[in-house]
Amino acid sequence: MKPARFDYVRAESVDHALEVLSQNGDEAKIIAGGQSLMPMINFRLVKPSVLIDINRIPGLEIIEDKGDRVHMGALARHRMTACDATIRRKIPVLHEVMHHVAHMTIRNRGTFCGSVCHADPAAEMPMIVQMLDGEIEIASASKRRVLPAAAFLVGSLVNALEPDEMVTGITIGTSPAGAGWAFEEFSRRHGDFAMAAIAVTLRTDDGRAIRDARIGMTGVGETAMRLHGLETLLEERQLDDLLLGEVAEWLNDNLSPNADIHASADYRRNLSGVLAGRAIRRAHARALEMRTIGHG
Amino acid sequence: MDDGETEVTLTVNGINVTRRVEPRMLLSDFLRHELGLTGTHVGCEHGVCGACTVTLDGRSARSCLTLAVMADGMEVETIEGQGTPENLSRIQKAFHDHHGLQCGFCTPGMIMAIADLLKHHALETDEQIREGLSGNICRCTGYVNIIKAVRELAKERGPLT
Repeated sequence: MKPARFDYVRAESVDHALEVLSQNGDEAKIIAGGQSLMPMINFRLVKPSVLIDINRIPGLEIIEDKGDRVHMGALARHRMTACDATIRRKIPVLHEVMHHVAHMTIRNRGTFCGSVCHADPAAEMPMIVQMLDGEIEIASASKRRVLPAAAFLVGSLVNALEPDEMVTGITIGTSPAGAGWAFEEFSRRHGDFAMAAIAVTLRTDDGRAIRDARIGMTGVGETAMRLHGLETLLEERQLDDLLLGEVAEWLNDNLSPNADIHASADYRRNLSGVLAGRAIRRAHARALEMRTIGHG
Repeated sequence: MDDGETEVTLTVNGINVTRRVEPRMLLSDFLRHELGLTGTHVGCEHGVCGACTVTLDGRSARSCLTLAVMADGMEVETIEGQGTPENLSRIQKAFHDHHGLQCGFCTPGMIMAIADLLKHHALETDEQIREGLSGNICRCTGYVNIIKAVRELAKERGPLT
């Protein structure tokens, strides 16, 4: 298939893009990397009458270290996220996740913010913003606002943007000092969307018990999510088979994944428990390692 | 913009080209239909198969997910910029030596992806090579001989500095 006709505007600045958006509302679409939008345009699932290209706006292709937060510009490409030294040091779980995001060629163009906006229920970046207190910076010609990730990700492929708004950047929180991390994903082929995936960060206390766990999952619901209930379950507990059994049970009771051509809902629930066990074990081992290094 | 067309100027394999095109024209169609460079193959038209891979300013990109107007001012390299049957490029020679192709449909995309990999990526292990090529689908070879070709190219290149 080929795209339907549209007008093309190369935005020179954020204000320029917002002005065109305000004139065209839901007839217009913003394009950044285009790695999700272009397939939909090619299949005519999306037929914008105006396409606003933000790729040449100066200053958006950036990842900035803001101390305990990291700012992802609207054009921060997946390749930049994967290679960024600040992210590797301060948000190692995101660095690990990036190995699972699509393929080299897609990562060259696709963006962090674009992936969050696309809100695919099995994508990794929405999981990252849920788990790391992501704040979505939103602008229209008349106002600016910031939404927490949980309010931004409304449903499968649905975000909270009004027709005249665009995302100008996203900030995410860094991992606390001494936190261990792990990401586990199962997909049929490398780089595919996840059938289920889980990211974990946690610290350990002097008695090796789990503290401050953060858990994000994707592929098992209408949106990627943070599992506050499971985090509470882990707090101050020792890592053993009993605990991991409870984790699997919690996931089985609380997740309601979709069934599709790739896997049944039961399969995804079971898979979630298996992946959670692996991720928690690895994050815990890393947290203990960090303590050894820290106290050495 | 009166006729709905936009002027696009870009460099393709080192040659400057200017055309008036509709904004909806994909870069893959621009290369094939406007310039007659049919070496860039179109498989799935939604970014899954990798057959249409070219490089944009030195980095691999899906030409079916790029509008020609978005590539305005950029440097595009296609398989035609690699070599000729009489004078194969180094990557093409490695594919020839290792029998890295059968029907050849995926080959132009493979080769352009490998051009990016050799320039920018550590290829010290087969796992890294496989991950690097995971966005390019081949239905004939089973990949083994493609991996052999890239292994040789990576060895020849040495570690990235």
